Amino acid sequence: MGHLLPSTLAFFTPQSGGSPNANEIDSLYKIILVVALVVFVGVEGALAYALVRFRKRRGAVPAQIRGNTRLEVGWTVGAAVLLIAIAVITFVKLPAIQNPPNSSANGDQLASGGVLYASTERKLPPNGKALNITVIGRQFIWQYVYPGASEPDGLGAPYSYEAMVVPTDTTVTLDIVSLDVVHSWWIPELGGKFQAVPGYHNYTWFKIGKPGIYRGQCAVLCGRGHARMLATVRAVPPAQFDEWLANQKRLIAQANAAAQAERAKLHGRTGPGQVENP
Amino acid sequence: MATTYVAPIPQLSASRAEREPSGWTSWITTTDHKRIGIMYMVTTFVFFCLGGVEALLMRLQLGAPNNTLVTPQVYNQLFTMHGTTMIFLFVVPMMAGLANYFLPLMIGARDMAFPRLNALSFWLLLAAGIVFYASIFFNAPEAGWTSYAPLSNATYSPTAGQDAWIYLIHLTGLSSILGAINFYATIANMRARGMSWGRLPLFIWAILTYSVLIIFAMPVIAGAVTLLLTDRHFGTHFYDPATGGSPLLWQNLFWFFGHPEVYIMVLPGFGIVSEILPVFARKPIFGYKAIAAATVAIAFLGFLTWAHHMFTAPIPEAILVFVMLSSYFIAVPTGVKILNWIATLWRGTIEFKTPLLFCAGFIALFLIGGISGVFLATFPVDWQLNETYFVVAHLHFVLVGGSVFTIFAAIYYWFPKMTGRMLSEGLGRLSFGLMFVGFLLTFLIQHVIGLDGMPRRVYEYDNVGNLQLYNLISTVGSFILALGVIVTIVNVARSLKVGVIAGPDPWKANTLEWFTPSPPPQNNFDVIPVVRSAEPMKDIRREVQRRTSAAGAAGGATVPAGATQVGV
Repeated sequence: MGHLLPSTLAFFTPQSGGSPNANEIDSLYKIILVVALVVFVGVEGALAYALVRFRKRRGAVPAQIRGNTRLEVGWTVGAAVLLIAIAVITFVKLPAIQNPPNSSANGDQLASGGVLYASTERKLPPNGKALNITVIGRQFIWQYVYPGASEPDGLGAPYSYEAMVVPTDTTVTLDIVSLDVVHSWWIPELGGKFQAVPGYHNYTWFKIGKPGIYRGQCAVLCGRGHARMLATVRAVPPAQFDEWLANQKRLIAQANAAAQAERAKLHGRTGPGQVENP
Repeated sequence: MATTYVAPIPQLSASRAEREPSGWTSWITTTDHKRIGIMYMVTTFVFFCLGGVEALLMRLQLGAPNNTLVTPQVYNQLFTMHGTTMIFLFVVPMMAGLANYFLPLMIGARDMAFPRLNALSFWLLLAAGIVFYASIFFNAPEAGWTSYAPLSNATYSPTAGQDAWIYLIHLTGLSSILGAINFYATIANMRARGMSWGRLPLFIWAILTYSVLIIFAMPVIAGAVTLLLTDRHFGTHFYDPATGGSPLLWQNLFWFFGHPEVYIMVLPGFGIVSEILPVFARKPIFGYKAIAAATVAIAFLGFLTWAHHMFTAPIPEAILVFVMLSSYFIAVPTGVKILNWIATLWRGTIEFKTPLLFCAGFIALFLIGGISGVFLATFPVDWQLNETYFVVAHLHFVLVGGSVFTIFAAIYYWFPKMTGRMLSEGLGRLSFGLMFVGFLLTFLIQHVIGLDGMPRRVYEYDNVGNLQLYNLISTVGSFILALGVIVTIVNVARSLKVGVIAGPDPWKANTLEWFTPSPPPQNNFDVIPVVRSAEPMKDIRREVQRRTSAAGAAGGATVPAGATQVGV
């Protein structure tokens, strides 16, 4: 990824390194930072110079200037040009930040994901294949629902709480929703944050190159437990992911069966609609 | 000057001298804009101190990782009270207080257009503050000053604190709207003869714009919180997605008000700086028309950028792009103002009195807030920065750098006019130094805290990376900042008794309030001067000088009509 400045500036740049979109945001940030530093030094320098150079001295006469149209038009146009340049750079960078790439060849082998989720806002990789995970915010925990529904209505899919497990080298698209209040999904190293708003769907994606653990937490005030609404993304090799998903499915089925048996014991009856599902 | 005549010097003018009313009842019943202005300023400063204590408690909690000084509930209440207090009970009404006192004086009027309405504005504000702060004895609100629905609805915020917050918005909103109508009517109708729009002091241009912004923006938030109130208590579902309502409706309505609100808070500050810099640089303002035009342009564009507070919400990309561009656009007139102020200092003879120090500090800090605003306006970058300490830093650079520093400049500049006594320069410099250094220590490092991934409004954090050190720096800075504020309070208390007598025009300033005695009498002006330029007081001083020297030479003077009352 294009790093414009030496890493000593990392002190003053956003987190990145987990996913291409985070890296692209980081490099856009650094371009703006360079422009900002130039403006900062120039204007603060002019201010400091004026304050020192033009302090009251004996015999000094203040120049009775009321303005200078040329100069004023000049700096107005200058400021506008600078901002237009930043806008153009942003638009150039935007596709790489917004549009997910294809999974790598060594990523998880996926079926086309574009069919179930027909939406104009959700962006898919060019080949239409991505691992789609639904991120559900609720006070005060994140729940993740993975593909693999066992029932035709989409129920019975494997899920996990707080820790999301994903395969490396695979494009993961997220469908972010909320069950109660507004939350915000954010793993700094994996790109920007997106609000989970009840009644709405919000979308983002990431693609992790190397296995590891990426941490974040809810970014919109959601109540007293807001500070403890943590999130972890654990990236593992695809084979390990498939194994984990199968195991998770098995564990959930086991727990559901146990719960059902417990209920049967309590109420002496069992029936459809009582299967625990996300 | 066609008509000339010989005036005897010194000239006496007789007017019936009414005794100034005194006693506490005279304050309660007053409709004098100056007394109302002082009540505004004292009241809002008390709220400023309360909001400051809340901020210090938060900084204490965050001084160490995983601190247990306060519970999450108390922490949420602290930042809710802090934000709401500083915005609705300090900055906006403090600007109204300054405008109340100085607007009639600066335009050569004897009072506001609607003096009794003016008193009502103040008492509504006080009522709002009392209703809001009464909640701390029961349950303070805890949904943040933004009170996003559905968190602020009856299910997730069941306590009456949220209702106290709603009443605060209603009462301060009504107070501000009535005040704004009053300012507008006064400026439109009661200017001294000769004070055309091109000669209006820039502070008055700022107050005019502030008033228009309030008249357009405040009814929106009043409507929004009314919907919240009916959602909470009367069974409506405006913000409830389960029954066809929309949480995004709240965000849109709130920020449609919330962004102009930022300009409601900083534009009067811009006006204050535009008044003070020329006085202490001994130079006219550079580009009067450009600054006045930029004020109006900022106000207009301020209504087109609200969705930049919602870049991470599920909204269409076309809106993201539009709002990014309109937010960039607003940086242009703002940047123009900063350059105009520096050009005003350029080639002047700058006197480093405390008001100028605060103005220079304002330019230095506000520039940083403006630059960090460009990062936040770039929506893909905002996806990383939104709702982190980077935003906390940005908004404090804008609102403390932009509003609080200009308010302190105004206190030091206008205190002699309001009390007849000077503030101590030594304490003033000390206060500025502590506030400037304390502010930078507190908030510069918060950019880094945000970039390192710490969201705002969290009561605890793990010591990842250098978060502990950075937060400790910020906490230490906040106490230095508070010390700076205390020095000014001491300065004011001391100078009320022992300050040097100021006289009518201690700074040799440019605007008409300095034409009156300090403090001004109840009717402000016995004779209202005719204004012939944007710097009427400069003309009057020049005229006095001319006549004094002419009187010395010939025992009489030829003066234009309208300037005869000099020296009353």
